[in-house]
Amino acid sequence: MSTPSTLVQVTDLKVHFPIYQGVFRRQVGAIKAVDGVSFSIYKGETLGLVGESGCGKSTTGLAILQLQALTGGQINFNGQDIAGIDESQMRKMRRHMMMIFQDPYSSLNPRMTIGGIIGEPLSVHQIGTPQERAERVQELLRLVGLNPAFINRYPHEFSGGQRQRIGIARALATNPSFIVADEPISALDVSIQAQVVNLLDDLKKQFGLTYLFIAHDLSMVRYISDRVAVMYLGKVMELGSRNNVFDSPLHPYTRALLSAVPVANPKKERARQRIILEGDVPSPANPPAGCRFHPRCAFATQECRAQVPELRNLSTQGKPEHWVACHHAEKLA
Amino acid sequence: MTRLLEVKDLKVRFRSDRTIIHAVNGISYSLDEGGSLAVVGESGSGKSVGMLAIMGLIPNPPGWVESGQALFKGRDLLKASEGELRLIRGKEIAMVFQDPMTSLNPVLPIGLQLTEAIQTHLGLDKNQARERAIEMLRMVGLPNPAQRIKDFPFQFSGGQRQRVMIAMALTCTPSLLIADEPTTALDVTIQAQIVELVRDLQKQLGMAIIWISHNLGLVAGVVDTVLVMYSGFIVEQAPVDDLYEHPRHPYTLGLLHAVPKLDTENQERLASIDGMPPDLRKPIVGCPFAPRCPYRQEKCDQQTPPLFEVGPQHQSACWRWQELSKISTFGEPL
Repeated sequence: MSTPSTLVQVTDLKVHFPIYQGVFRRQVGAIKAVDGVSFSIYKGETLGLVGESGCGKSTTGLAILQLQALTGGQINFNGQDIAGIDESQMRKMRRHMMMIFQDPYSSLNPRMTIGGIIGEPLSVHQIGTPQERAERVQELLRLVGLNPAFINRYPHEFSGGQRQRIGIARALATNPSFIVADEPISALDVSIQAQVVNLLDDLKKQFGLTYLFIAHDLSMVRYISDRVAVMYLGKVMELGSRNNVFDSPLHPYTRALLSAVPVANPKKERARQRIILEGDVPSPANPPAGCRFHPRCAFATQECRAQVPELRNLSTQGKPEHWVACHHAEKLA
Repeated sequence: MTRLLEVKDLKVRFRSDRTIIHAVNGISYSLDEGGSLAVVGESGSGKSVGMLAIMGLIPNPPGWVESGQALFKGRDLLKASEGELRLIRGKEIAMVFQDPMTSLNPVLPIGLQLTEAIQTHLGLDKNQARERAIEMLRMVGLPNPAQRIKDFPFQFSGGQRQRVMIAMALTCTPSLLIADEPTTALDVTIQAQIVELVRDLQKQLGMAIIWISHNLGLVAGVVDTVLVMYSGFIVEQAPVDDLYEHPRHPYTLGLLHAVPKLDTENQERLASIDGMPPDLRKPIVGCPFAPRCPYRQEKCDQQTPPLFEVGPQHQSACWRWQELSKISTFGEPL
């Protein structure tokens, strides 16, 4: 394999939400939703971003697209630093980076026809004549497996799976190179999920797209991703190729997460040793010192309580990179 | 084993805008004392409505039970009066719902909500009820129950709220617990905690359980029997091992192959079930799954298949169940 070229480079990304209190609304703290996250996304790959609710995975996706103001860090898209560039310049960039949202019911304007919804990015970016846009919309509808004759219908006339297809068509309208898909299938029924995932996969091959696929469904993430990043409380805990992360996880959190996922096989399921994590995820307003996972970790030592583990690459030369943020990763491997 | 619950030919209808929604279309199943059953289906398959119907919880109007029997310990719940049902609900049959935030009263401390059922059903006084509530909270693994009993629902995390709901359901040691997607709103690690808890409590208390879920993976490890529903029909019913190893209905097969496996490298393309579930506003002619089924024949469009006995305690509503044993993946030609 040749060295892949980087499309998106995220360096030390931070997104904090201030907490105000008292009569004078003074800032008394901050929710550290994303707190120093770095990773890169290579051209043509799908990076899966997994974690439980509140771990900052969606905020990371929004921040990369500049839909959420950053507290700190850099985002490099195709060689250009886009963190903190002004809105008019960002607007020009947006046609290359699009988003597919989780909820296909609230992400489509109920008062617009689907032709209007899918064509909106084209008119915003002033691409083509009205005639060309109409043709493009029909082409997009065909592409996502909907009848082009539906162009004048409204979102309420479609089922959840069809609406998600409309959302995908809208994201593809401007021929972007990078798409952030934020839990695109979690609102859908199982039999419809497979349809949408297969569609995303086909489109990726056809147009050479790069995805950041945000999800909490680990088996789906394994299926669709080339590499996987695991987040916990605003930090990346582990990052590596999907088979490395799923078959030989190095971080205790990844292991617990994987062991918690039910598998559709009664015999395996009964024989499985679950790692049941104690307690709940701590508040991101007041994360634990040291390793953020240490209060729930069975292997935690004094070092874990005092020092934040760095994300380091543990793979040997020539093997795919496998990053982990754990002081004891070598011993646990 | 004595029979605890026997449901026969249950049909539930709803009225909506001059049309009738055929939510549940004649389902029959039974459950033994201490047994466990999973009802699996997608949204709109009638899995929850079927359970609400036997609890007498279908709002009328717009809904009603068209026909059927639900014999619980020999008594037909569908013919019981509201007063009789009130004595059974919460005491003999308890239910845990999907969203623990909306099923708890946000402006009352949880202690008050817990003791209400205890006082009503067990006739204990206020102090005894409080003791019992604390004991239940301890049993479901809530830390520091004597303090937390004064807290309001918003002061608990999602997993803790679901523990409170389970404690509430179990205060009167019911003989049947109906769990309607109790973990869907929770994260996987919390889901694992709750599943473990319910499984332990079932063993400890010897109650029967009906687990409603859309997730075939989740129920694999927790029940003995699985019942697969599609648009208000039972399409397949089997002992858990048999169902996952030898599915005999195309829909079950499709569901199993639509979910990627967690422990397999480089998997082939997911088998997707084309199309959408049928419109329940029209009565279903023929097999409900036929429009989406790759194995459809002419007969499937005209006649609704009955539940065939395809193995020991294994039933499938497919005309071609015998031929289905030859294929290993969904979509593969027969």
